[in-house]
Amino acid sequence: MKYVPLVWAALWRRKARTIFTLLSLTAAFLLLGMLQAANSLFSGGSVNLSAPIMIVQARVSFTSPLPMRLLPQLEAIPEVESVSHSQFFGGIYKDVRNFFPQFAVNPERWHRTFLECRMPDAQYQAWLQSRTGAIAGRLLADRFGWKIGDRIPLTSQIWPLKDGTRTWTFDLVGIFDDVSKDSCVRQGNMYIRYDYFDEGRQFGQGGAGIYVLRLHDPNQAEAVARRVDAMFENSPDETKTQTEKDFSLNFLRQLGNLNLILTGITVAVFFSILLVTGNTMSQAVRERIPELAVLKTIGFGDGSVLNLVLAESLLMCVIGGLAGMLLSLVVLKIISKLPFGFPPVTAGLHVWLFAVASMVGLGLVVGILPAMRARNLSIIDALAVR
Amino acid sequence: MKQTLAVTWMNLRSLPSRYMTSLVVVVGIALVVGVLVAMLSMSKGFEHTLKGTGSESRALLLSAGVTAELSSYIDPQMVPLLREMPGIRRDAAGKPLASAELLVITELRRGDGDVNVALRGVEPAGLAIRPEVKLVEGRLFKSGLRELIAGRSATRQFSGINVGSKLQFRGSEWDVVGIFESDGDAHESELWTDADTARSAFGRPGASAILAQFDAATTPAAALAALKAAVAADPRFQIDVLGERDYYSSQSQGVTDNINFITVFITVIMAFGAVFGALNTMYSAVAARQIEIATLRAIGFSGLPVMVSVLTESVALALIGGLIGAGFAWLLFDGLTTATLGQNFTQVAFSFAVTPDLVARGLSWALGIGLVGGFFPALKAIRQPVAEALRGA
Repeated sequence: MKYVPLVWAALWRRKARTIFTLLSLTAAFLLLGMLQAANSLFSGGSVNLSAPIMIVQARVSFTSPLPMRLLPQLEAIPEVESVSHSQFFGGIYKDVRNFFPQFAVNPERWHRTFLECRMPDAQYQAWLQSRTGAIAGRLLADRFGWKIGDRIPLTSQIWPLKDGTRTWTFDLVGIFDDVSKDSCVRQGNMYIRYDYFDEGRQFGQGGAGIYVLRLHDPNQAEAVARRVDAMFENSPDETKTQTEKDFSLNFLRQLGNLNLILTGITVAVFFSILLVTGNTMSQAVRERIPELAVLKTIGFGDGSVLNLVLAESLLMCVIGGLAGMLLSLVVLKIISKLPFGFPPVTAGLHVWLFAVASMVGLGLVVGILPAMRARNLSIIDALAVR
Repeated sequence: MKQTLAVTWMNLRSLPSRYMTSLVVVVGIALVVGVLVAMLSMSKGFEHTLKGTGSESRALLLSAGVTAELSSYIDPQMVPLLREMPGIRRDAAGKPLASAELLVITELRRGDGDVNVALRGVEPAGLAIRPEVKLVEGRLFKSGLRELIAGRSATRQFSGINVGSKLQFRGSEWDVVGIFESDGDAHESELWTDADTARSAFGRPGASAILAQFDAATTPAAALAALKAAVAADPRFQIDVLGERDYYSSQSQGVTDNINFITVFITVIMAFGAVFGALNTMYSAVAARQIEIATLRAIGFSGLPVMVSVLTESVALALIGGLIGAGFAWLLFDGLTTATLGQNFTQVAFSFAVTPDLVARGLSWALGIGLVGGFFPALKAIRQPVAEALRGA
């Protein structure tokens, strides 16, 4: 510990170079932090979908609505606590860029199934009373500054009204929130009433969309999936049942091999930061050779000198790395406040573990050669440089 | 001017003696440019595929106000009326060359997940008016049978699609009876079957869209305008008429905007890192040349040639890096095929395309990094007091 001031002084021997190297490290770890957070999202690491919710969709595609007549059969399954149905509405609010998902649901079923999302009881009662009523998640309401009582026009890309026009108007009667922190992943969504929707649409009456099952016990997911799919096998309404988590992940995976792209960029970033810090460390040792020789002259052993240089390298990488990771937290926070209809990306524990391991690994790799050079220094030769 | 050239040339010849630190600039910028070009080649490739889909001489009729074929639905009673609109070419028998097509999404296996694949029900006219579609294996589907043909890209992207293989949709088996190619356009990622078969199997009697061939008598633009006007004037229809090529070109927008945004975001951060690396290198280059620069100044060289020589060094290193990065991106990615979700929520296969304009974009980033990374060290080089610098480190 007593060598800390020495290492610290060595680090700041050339202020400009150290600052540039630290900024380079910060930029690299800012990117690494965000890329790894995104990567863990795509591989399911940080998706907060632990609720015992399953999605039943048409086997052929989730865009083909399942008929309403499946409902009693699904409700009769003993492991199922409640069933909700949900039809994607595909509405555009003022501009295509304002995308957020809306679903036509039965309010009572919604209330029984999405227990993680709650609104004040008066608002729920109001929704039961108003056929044109709609509810929005807190995130969504904040995004557009909506208040209870606002009228919200949505132009459906899929569902024209009976008269062929496409603009439906809904009354915002409720805003729902998390029950506990981050439990409600639906806060970017809006829900409208199925009865009003089904009566108003030009075609497709009787289609439920997809079914959402809430189980008593999440461990029964696999059994329920097999059971449901067996129930409708070889019918025109074959189903595919999976947990909501798998449903969402499969959706993200369809965008392409994102994992590979993110890994590729991570490797590129890592490689370039390796060169920058490596260059800095080798310069730092080269120009300090006489000083290191003096240290050895006054009694520092070869091992101590090696450790001093390694410590300097580690310190640099950890300071720059941590600064980058903290910055990535800030940026991720900002991004999560601008909902793109995308689950919020957070840097979980294993992202941090990866980052810290990278910092230490980087510090050791770029420090070891200069450190060896410092250790192997012969005092006579080194002092003779002057 | 002569001074500038002389100093710059002298400096560039001394570069090899500083190759280790110079390598930091070259490789750092190569990686930035490599990532940039590789990412953009993805959006370029996707754009190429969609812009290469469709023809000037055909119109696409969709329900009014929708942005993608998937969400369009034309009522079955409207279909025959729309077919009879003026400006649509007729075949020898006098039938309009218009194909009322149904687009539905199916799921197929890719790797360990299911992906959305477009299944298109086409009428015989749909094949007649698309000369780019060529059956290359097997035979055409027969009307009334659950048979389909698959695009070449679809067979490459998804598992288990060959002539003779069977697919399971809507509770029944479908036979893959043929493979078609269509110049690598968006349709090659689709499965095609007979329109009536698709309509009955999926319980949707109408059409998603009608594809119509323009009358040859006028130019495509005039025919499109005429058809648009005729459809708009008829109160029975709530239909948008689009040039087929315009429609497909517009479909790439969403995906390319997303890729480009993310690419620029990542590139900006990487470029920052590279700039600091370049600054380090160039400051140390200036430090190494300290005595040389001071000597030049002492014997009467002005500051400009010295500054130019430093900037030239950093820009040269940056451009070398940029070229290496773009070169690697081209070698590794150009022509590579992949697929992503298009506007219809279905997989569209495309090839990465490293084009000259992307290389130019990459090099301009490299140039920018080189200039910024060289400017401040160059300034330092000429601001140094000569006497102090001559005394050495």
